[in-house]
Amino acid sequence: MTTHPQVIDGLGATPSIGSPRTRVEGEDKVSGKARYAGDVQVERLAHGAVVTATVARGRISGIDDRATLASPGVIGVIDHRNALRLNKETGSPFFGPDGQLQLLQDDRVSHGGQPVALVVAETPEQARAGAELLRVSCVEEPHDIAFGPNHQAVRPALTAFGPDADKGDLEAELAASAVVVDERYMTPAQHACAMEPHTATVWQEGVVLRAIDSNQAPYGVAATLATLFGKPLPEVRVQCEQVGGGFGSKTGVGPQLILATMAAVLLDRPVRVALTREEVFLTTSARPRTDQRVRLGADAGGRLRAIGHEATFEISGKAEFIENCVEIAKTLYAADAIRTRLSVVPLDILPVASVRAPGTAPGSFALESAMDELAERLEMDPLELRRRNEPETGPVSGLPFTSRRFQLCLTEGARRFGWAGRDHRPRRTRQGRLLVGTGMAGTSFLTTAFPSSATITAEPDGTFTVAIAAIDIGTGARTALRAIAADALGVGWDSVHLKIGDSAIGPAWQSGGSLGTTSWGWAIVAAARDLLARLESGPALPVSVTSDTTEEIMSRPHRERHSYSAVFAEVTVDPATGEVRVRRLVGRFAVGRVVNPLMVRSQLTGGMVMGLSIALQEEIVHDEASGRHVNADFADYHFAANADVPFIDADFVDDHEPDDPLGLKGPGEIGTVAVAAAIANAVWHATGKRQRELPIRLDRVIED
Amino acid sequence: MKEFAYSRANGVREALVMVAEQENGRFLGGGTNLVDLMKRGVEAPDLLVDVRSLPLAGVREDDDGDVVIGATTTNSDAAAHPEVRRRYPALSQAVLAGASGQLRNVATVAGNLLQRTRCAFFADLSTACNKRVPGSGCAALAGVHHNHAILGTSPSCVATNPSDMAVSLMLFDAVVHYETLDGEGEIPLSRFYRPVGDTPHVETALPAGALITSVRLPRATAGERSRYRKVRERASYAFATVSVAADLEVRAGRVHEVRIALGGVASHPWRARIAEEELRGGPAVPERFRAAAEAELAAARALPHNGYKVTLARNLIQSVLTEIAG
Ligand SMILES: Cc1cc2nc3c(=O)[nH]c(=O)nc-3n(C[C@H](O)[C@H](O)[C@H](O)COP(=O)(O)OP(=O)(O)OC[C@H]3O[C@@H](n4cnc5c(N)ncnc54)[C@H](O)[C@@H]3O)c2cc1C
Repeated sequence: MTTHPQVIDGLGATPSIGSPRTRVEGEDKVSGKARYAGDVQVERLAHGAVVTATVARGRISGIDDRATLASPGVIGVIDHRNALRLNKETGSPFFGPDGQLQLLQDDRVSHGGQPVALVVAETPEQARAGAELLRVSCVEEPHDIAFGPNHQAVRPALTAFGPDADKGDLEAELAASAVVVDERYMTPAQHACAMEPHTATVWQEGVVLRAIDSNQAPYGVAATLATLFGKPLPEVRVQCEQVGGGFGSKTGVGPQLILATMAAVLLDRPVRVALTREEVFLTTSARPRTDQRVRLGADAGGRLRAIGHEATFEISGKAEFIENCVEIAKTLYAADAIRTRLSVVPLDILPVASVRAPGTAPGSFALESAMDELAERLEMDPLELRRRNEPETGPVSGLPFTSRRFQLCLTEGARRFGWAGRDHRPRRTRQGRLLVGTGMAGTSFLTTAFPSSATITAEPDGTFTVAIAAIDIGTGARTALRAIAADALGVGWDSVHLKIGDSAIGPAWQSGGSLGTTSWGWAIVAAARDLLARLESGPALPVSVTSDTTEEIMSRPHRERHSYSAVFAEVTVDPATGEVRVRRLVGRFAVGRVVNPLMVRSQLTGGMVMGLSIALQEEIVHDEASGRHVNADFADYHFAANADVPFIDADFVDDHEPDDPLGLKGPGEIGTVAVAAAIANAVWHATGKRQRELPIRLDRVIED
Repeated sequence: MKEFAYSRANGVREALVMVAEQENGRFLGGGTNLVDLMKRGVEAPDLLVDVRSLPLAGVREDDDGDVVIGATTTNSDAAAHPEVRRRYPALSQAVLAGASGQLRNVATVAGNLLQRTRCAFFADLSTACNKRVPGSGCAALAGVHHNHAILGTSPSCVATNPSDMAVSLMLFDAVVHYETLDGEGEIPLSRFYRPVGDTPHVETALPAGALITSVRLPRATAGERSRYRKVRERASYAFATVSVAADLEVRAGRVHEVRIALGGVASHPWRARIAEEELRGGPAVPERFRAAAEAELAAARALPHNGYKVTLARNLIQSVLTEIAG
């Protein structure tokens, strides 16, 4: 194997990479033919309804299931008294044992909405009716959900994503700076809000546990499920044909799958658990609240001397997590001193986890708002400030960049937006009762690939079957991987059959971390390369080759590999009512080579809509008194409606990642980043008032 | 959700009898509020009598020139009717500012008037709520009340009425017509919603078992310049934070006639009669609009997290009146 793979340059007669092809399952989706985890027909299927805790902390003192068991159609009740015992060590390689997986294992309640029982019945309605009859008594204990950086339990976060940065002497550089910004930024908990509620259908087939589950990682979920239930991996098979979005909330083993598996085993019936929308909010992980202090120091010319970024976020006492808010402080700008700190506060909340662009979404809001404040104090164009701090090498690591296109994003975005000639002073433009302002922000986003395997079979009829345990959660992965395979094999699109969404195919990375297509694409390229070599000797068909990219990926040189973006926003503000509306959003993205411009653009546009929602609407509201999440539905948990989404211009700049065999970087999450800061900066430009807390609700903007 | 019987009534009397004969029978309009609350266990009727097949839909003009909107007219049809749009534009605007196209296509006018509060604690059986369970307490007072009422509240309840439509109906002095087994009756909207007091569970003056048959808009209150403006946390598909329906007639720079109603501030649509009184006969200028709004809001009682609504209501009254005054 070579350690520096060759770039595949669209070899075949009809290069598929780069073609704006519509998604292959599009017609199935719009005609209702596509099958999701809740659509699969299974004989003798029973249905589970979840019962959740109504206290935020306490102990279950009794469960009276007599009425439930007497209710029509009810087959059984599973709770901590009769549940299967799970392997306590199960967790993730990054964060260790994950207590969120330990459902129904004891009488403890450690967050409001925690599943405390599953009622299984012949129909979903009977299960729900039975669940409503279950009487769960709790001895309530005082809860603590009061988040803040000065909480007595605050402690350093795990360092699995790298150590704190400690370059230079931050305090000395700040003291020597002509201009200093020292501000605090806060972001609320947010939810992934994927359209498809988490659903699993589980049954036993001999010794094999079969599951159709809505998740982002069939192989990873199967492996974790096997560990959790103490089964060998070959006896667990997880499939997912179609998944209706995930945004991070489906990367792990969800409560639907754990509960359905327990029920299928204990009751010896196929069981489906489909979470309600409320249960999705209450039982599947959210993005943590963050509280961030950013200190910037610059000389009078705008050259950064100091970047200090200290971020605190909440976690549950049950599971570790890293909301890496400070990631871009280490890579985006050059500075003499860079110091980052990441701390956690354990609280009685639902365990937190990845929501699209974990860390960078809240982190960029803080850092890029602070950059705008610095530009204001320097009386400088915020775009120009970003030009003056372009690093030669990794600002903390000192490593070379592979393909750094931040300046190009800034230039192209500014041109498209019409940034030139902007009056940088705030509150200069009024149109009728509205104030108008513009703002910008940028980001970098880590890109890499994770080891995966793919199997390609040369069929006797001249076609190729490509199998990889990838998953398409609505991103267009199925379409992209087929294009990659066609080009890698040097054949036309029609000669490739693609099989994905099945853990039995073999190890593969998840649809997460913006690394799905890079990781899977690499495995397909490697398998195609080996298969083409095998075919040269003219073997009898079919012939299969399986790749494993572990060695190639691990032997890449250490370098700074990132995607980049620049986002520009125009907003209107009605100061009398505090209403903020976004008029225009322009984003320019360096996301490596673009496999399918239609889909990548739609990923980026969707990401920007999510960023807009994060700026203006999204917020999990906890009731301090009860410790519970009170806006757990789509009427009360607001994100942008169609009427909130303006003209969005998302496009790519020319880019190519030299350390990836296809030149790819991941476009999955970067669209969400930087938008909130761009909008907050535009609101300042419109009104003269800084918005350092998200969402930018009208009560935070309204003027007397 | 408790099991229930469903039936369809073909005549008004038949519907009244069906509901009267059942211990806990209810009329069903579009079901967009009632069914949601049934799913959560907040409402638990034994019988739903679907009134959409009754001959009550449609908008007509009566002999006095009043506009009569049948109780089962959909929100969409009410908003689209040419006479409503021409003579009562604030009503059309209010309806169109509410919910979504899909919901408005099934929601009925009577159902809209009787929709329940969106207070999170009202919808959550595990918490205290005097409106749901009289005497159980109010979890909103010490809990989340960012979007709760500032006017006419009591220590028992601080919930708001969420309807947009009702705010404009209040502006136009609409009259609710109903029928019971004892015959027909009518209640002006200004007396339709009961003050909160210590009985927040008693929301309207509608007699038990009464079927709303229509809502009448008096000819005299028509206002072609009337406006509805709704402030909310996103551009569509959200309940009002505060809304204002207003009509204003200026003659020679002075306020000749003015009517103002507020939404999102109280347990019912709030007619701002103090502000109206302050303004009548005086100069039609923004400062006076603001002062009048302040007079109205002097009685406002804000909780720790909803004080912004006082500012918002004042600003919105000023802004909308200024806009109409042109
Ligand atoms: C997601 C969502 C968003 C919404 N947003 C808004 C908004 O922004 N603004 C807004 O104003 N509204 C909004 N709504 C509420 C909506 O307007 C109401 O649900 C609707 O108007 C109720 O009408 P309905 O016919 O469906 O009533 P139903 O749900 O059928 O009935 C409601 C009540 O009225 C009673 N009833 C119905 N008809 C009669 C009758 N003829 N006589 C006596 N009693 C009767 C029923 O028994 C029940 O108690 C929203 C609703 C949802 C679900």
